[in-house]
Parts: sequence; C-alpha cells; structure tokens
Amino acid sequence: MPVKVRTSRNLRASYSRVPLLGWFCGALIAVTLERFAGTPIALALGLPKIPVLFGLDIMLKKPVLIPNAILYVALVYGLPMGVTTRSSISLTNRLAGRLIRFPIAITVAVHLALLYTTLHLWAGISDYRALVLKLTLIAVMLTLSLNVINGYMGEFSCSHPGFMALGAYCASVFTVGLFVDDQFFGAVFLPPALGPFLFPVALILGGFLASFGALFVAIPSFRTRGDYLAIISLAFLFIVKSLIENLEFVRGPRGLSGQPDWADLPTVFLWTVLCVWSINNFVRSTLGKALNAVRDNEMAASAMTVDTRRTKIVAFLFAAFWAGVAGGLFAHVLRYVNPSTFSIQNLAEVLAMVYFGGLNSVYGSIVGAVSISLLGEALRPLEIFKWIIIPLLLILVMIFRPTGLIAFKDLDVASLLRPKQNPDGEV
Amino acid sequence: MPILRVQNMSHDFGGLRAVQDYAVEIEMGQIRGLIGPNGAGKTTIFNLLTGIYTPTEGEIVLDGKRINGLPAHRIASMGISRTFQNLLLWRHMTVLEHVKMAHYSRIRYGLFGAFFGTTKRHKEEAEIEGKAYALLEMMGIRHLSDQVVLNLPYGAQRRVEMARALATEPRILLLDEPTAGMNPEELGQIMEIIRRVHDQLGLAVLLIEHRLKVVMELCERIQTLNFGEVIAEGTPEEIQNDPKVIDAYLGKESLI
Repeated sequence: MPVKVRTSRNLRASYSRVPLLGWFCGALIAVTLERFAGTPIALALGLPKIPVLFGLDIMLKKPVLIPNAILYVALVYGLPMGVTTRSSISLTNRLAGRLIRFPIAITVAVHLALLYTTLHLWAGISDYRALVLKLTLIAVMLTLSLNVINGYMGEFSCSHPGFMALGAYCASVFTVGLFVDDQFFGAVFLPPALGPFLFPVALILGGFLASFGALFVAIPSFRTRGDYLAIISLAFLFIVKSLIENLEFVRGPRGLSGQPDWADLPTVFLWTVLCVWSINNFVRSTLGKALNAVRDNEMAASAMTVDTRRTKIVAFLFAAFWAGVAGGLFAHVLRYVNPSTFSIQNLAEVLAMVYFGGLNSVYGSIVGAVSISLLGEALRPLEIFKWIIIPLLLILVMIFRPTGLIAFKDLDVASLLRPKQNPDGEV
Repeated sequence: MPILRVQNMSHDFGGLRAVQDYAVEIEMGQIRGLIGPNGAGKTTIFNLLTGIYTPTEGEIVLDGKRINGLPAHRIASMGISRTFQNLLLWRHMTVLEHVKMAHYSRIRYGLFGAFFGTTKRHKEEAEIEGKAYALLEMMGIRHLSDQVVLNLPYGAQRRVEMARALATEPRILLLDEPTAGMNPEELGQIMEIIRRVHDQLGLAVLLIEHRLKVVMELCERIQTLNFGEVIAEGTPEEIQNDPKVIDAYLGKESLI
C-alpha cells in the first residue's frame, strides 16, 4: 500500500509542475488527434461514430458500449494529454517563462489563441458540439454576472432571465429590423455586408437596455438591505416576461425568429473573454472590492468612505449589462427567442451554476457554468431523471461545501500563466 | 479655531432622549476622552458625529461647514474616521484589502478604469498599496497583510481596524473603546500606538473608554456623560475628584 500511495503522490507532484501552457498544448494535441484519427479509432472500438460529449451520451443510451466509450476517451483525450504534458514539462515551462516576460496582454493572447484553437477543433467534429459549446460560453457569462450580485455583493437577485430577455429582444429587433426581409419590420434596411460589424452594436444596445431595466429594480430595492431585492427582482422577471408576451411587434408569445447567423464560435468566445476579463478586472479593483465590504458590513463600509448605494447600483447595472449581452448572443445562437425561454426554470439553472461553482469567485463561476451545462447536455438521454441527478449533486455540494466548489478565490491571471518551475532548475 | 464644533446636539430614539444638548469643541491635535456608565449615550454620540444617525436637534460643524444630515461616507471622506466598539471588520477580506478599501474616496480612476484595467488604475492601486503598507508597518502588522481578518487574534484585529480608520486620512479619529477585551500587555501596546498616531500624524483624537487609567493617562480633557447629558468636563484631575462623576460611576455614598 505505501508504495501505491507514494507513486500516486509522485504522479500528482509531477503533474503539478505542468504550467497552464502545457495543459493547453496537451489539449490541442488531443483534439488534433481526434480530428484526424477520431473516426477510425471510434470505429475500431466498435462505436458508431465519435462520441459527442466525452462518451457520456453513448454510455447512457447504450450501456453495453460503456467500456468502449471509456476506452475511447482514455485513448483520445487521456493518453495523449497525459503523455505530452508530462514529457514536455521542461519545454513548456521554459516557453511559459519566456512568454511571461512579454507584456501580459501578449502572454494572455497566446494562451487564448491556443484555447480557442482547441475549442474550435473540438467543436468542428459536429454541429451539436458547436451548439453545446456556444451555449456553455453564454452560460459562463450569465453565471459570472449573476455571481457579481449574489456572490460578491451578497444580495439575492432573481431577475437575470429578465435582463437576458431584454438583451435578447433588443438585439434581435435591431438585427432583424435592419438586416432581414421580415413581414413585421419591413424590407432590408442596411446591406447585409455591414451586419457583422454592427452586431456588436446590437449586443451592446441589448446590454444597455438590460441595464436600464435594472435601474427600476435597483432604485427601490437598494435603499435598505434584506429580502427586498429578491422579491422586487422576481416581480421584475414576471413583468418583463408578460410585457414581451403582450407586445405585438415582437410577435408576443409566438416568439421572434429569423435572426441572422452572426453568433459563430469566435464571436461568442470573444464576448465571453471580454465579459470574464472586465468582470475580473472590476471585482479585483478597490472599487469592486467595495462590494465585499458592503456585503460583510455595510455600516463599516460607509464609515470608511465607501459610497455603498452607488457601489451596489453600479455593480447591479454592470451585471445586468452582461446578462443582456449574453441574452443577445443566445438569441442569435438559437436564431429564435420566445418569452417562455426566460422563465423560472432558466433562473433556477443559472442560480444552480452560481451556487454549485462557488460564490465570490471567477473560477467558481466558470467551473459551475461549464460543469452544469455539460452535465445537463450529457444527461439529456435520461430525460426526467436529469432533474433528479443535478439537484442531488447540488444538495451534496451544499452539504460538503456550503459556499460552492471554488468559493472566495481571486483569479490572478499573471500567477495563473506563470511557469511552475524554474526554467533552468531541476525541480 | 476648533476643527469640530458641536452645539446643542440632541437625539431621540422614538420617545427616548438618548443624547441631550451635547456640545464639544475639538482643537487640532487634542486628545479628548468621553467616559460614562453603560448606556450613557457615548456610542450614540459617535454615531451622530459620523453620520450614521442624523441628530434630532443641534448642529455639527466641521471646518466651518455644517455636516449634519450628510451621508456617512461623505462625512468620513471629509476627515472624521472611527473605530467600532465591537470590531466591524469585513470577514472575507484580507488585512491589506481592509486598509486599501478605506482609500475609496480618493480613487480617481473611475469605473472605466475598474472595468478595463487602465494604466492609470494600476498606478493608483500601486500608490494606495504603498500607503496601506506604510500604515500596516506603523501598526506593526505588516507581516499579516495577506491574512483574512477572521483568522487573526483579537489584538491584531483591533490594529487592523485602527489602520483602516487611519487610511481614510482623517483629522479627527474617534476611538470607541479601543482597549476593550485586552490584557494588560496589549493595553500598553495600544496606548503606545494611540500616542504614536497622535504624535506622528497630528490628529485630534476623541476616545470612549471604560478604563479610567487609560483615559487619565492619555487625555487632555475629559467629558463625563450620564443619561445622555454631560455632567462634568475638565482635566483628568478635575474629573477624578468631581463628586458627580464619582456618583455616576460608584453610586451615591449614602447608598453603599
């Protein structure tokens, strides 16, 4: 037994020296392998085609194929990543060490380019993967922005689907109205070539409309602390929903369709990066840390010159802005929105992602959003049981880690990208 | 000319008059004491001076400007800072973050800088960090700067609160029972710190204190409060021998 324990510890120790760059390179090699040799490997293992979501979907549909699917994942993802990351530790550490000496923006750009290439290759296997990936990235934006209110500020807001709806409809009306020949909005107004350039404008307008809506929640509810925000924001969600249902020019409950196909993977990825970056910037600045001060003790915060009301309102509008942008992207990914999408169930999903991943943490929101949305997709074959497994998981997390998986942790980009060992050192 | 002048300040909680016709004039660089039995209204006076409550009657004038009715954060940024009797620290934040936070009103980079991490912001944050470290050094807790306050011993938490209060760059520092719950050794240290802060920064200090030894040693002038009213004011010697103060603290002689 002690030998086994020691080897597992050694293994962990050696992998802990792999820098982030090493992991990204390993993942890139694995997805490249899948791209070129995935189908033959899958066929050789007796699988009908490349497993879409790490074999989970196949395992649940045909339990006989469970060993084959596991073998596929081990062969295509596990083995290449395990071997390349471990064997290239000194190389990747040296590279990371050289990269970190550049301005941080360049270092980050290189890492993001690697990450994007990996995701692009992974999503290139099937349209379904691409869709799941886009929805996951949107979920990251939503979760992170809700975490600003529910985690960093410590209030409980329920209006996120409402902000998302405002953003989705505003962006949709903008693009459908200007660029699509539509029976409600009339003929094409602007040449479609301009579209991709004006798409960011549509998203930002959607974000601003969501922020404007948030003002109506923020002004009455931030006079005092307590449960008011939860109640008012829930009411706001219902008001937005029934408002849209009764607006004929967005076709009420039938929903709005025909959005142009501009929300491709790079666009969604870029907006997600922008969202994570700006929120992380905000919560790490002293102006953003004021949210924590207000949450932990509002009286002390105001005695230490913090304008508590302004802090809360700004953060709330900021979070609503990103929820609106996420909503706009969501509408253009699905190319159809209807008011019933933005319901209590949607709220429950986002809340689950926030509390599962961890309060007051950017890492936590990313982990929560990715794991819950991938799990939700992977468990889809189980149909109704999905809604037993996910809540059960949530309950377990609440019991063992009441603030979520990775709570109260700062995301420091520079230290994340740093090499994990001395470039010339042995250890 | 006094920096802070309070006249006829009264405050009611519902039907209860907690403070009655309180008046004080604080000069630059003065250390003043405020003593009195429990429930005499000492902390209420602090809450009135710092804008947490608005006085029912009377006037608070800072540098010739009337400040009653202003929100607490405005008053704090105008130069009145305080500590709290029961340590109101932010439990999830580190020591350094506490002290940086108190520079809030001096931040000029604005929301744009906060969202997009401009160079101006990095410069200002570095500046604030430098000032914060200097204050932690002065309080002797620099080595704890990365600790979350919840994990610190009580004495260190008191110092964090003091460093935080000083970070707002006050001219008047209100200390609400700074030695509560301290052992004699820590007591000596905190008195030493109060004296050092006063000498180095030239602040006016208003001190609420239960231990007469501390007040008598530190303060130039002392006010005694009972049932919301000032019953005696004077130098430590005068206060010590004032029969009304002895009554308030020890009860009437005939009753013992």
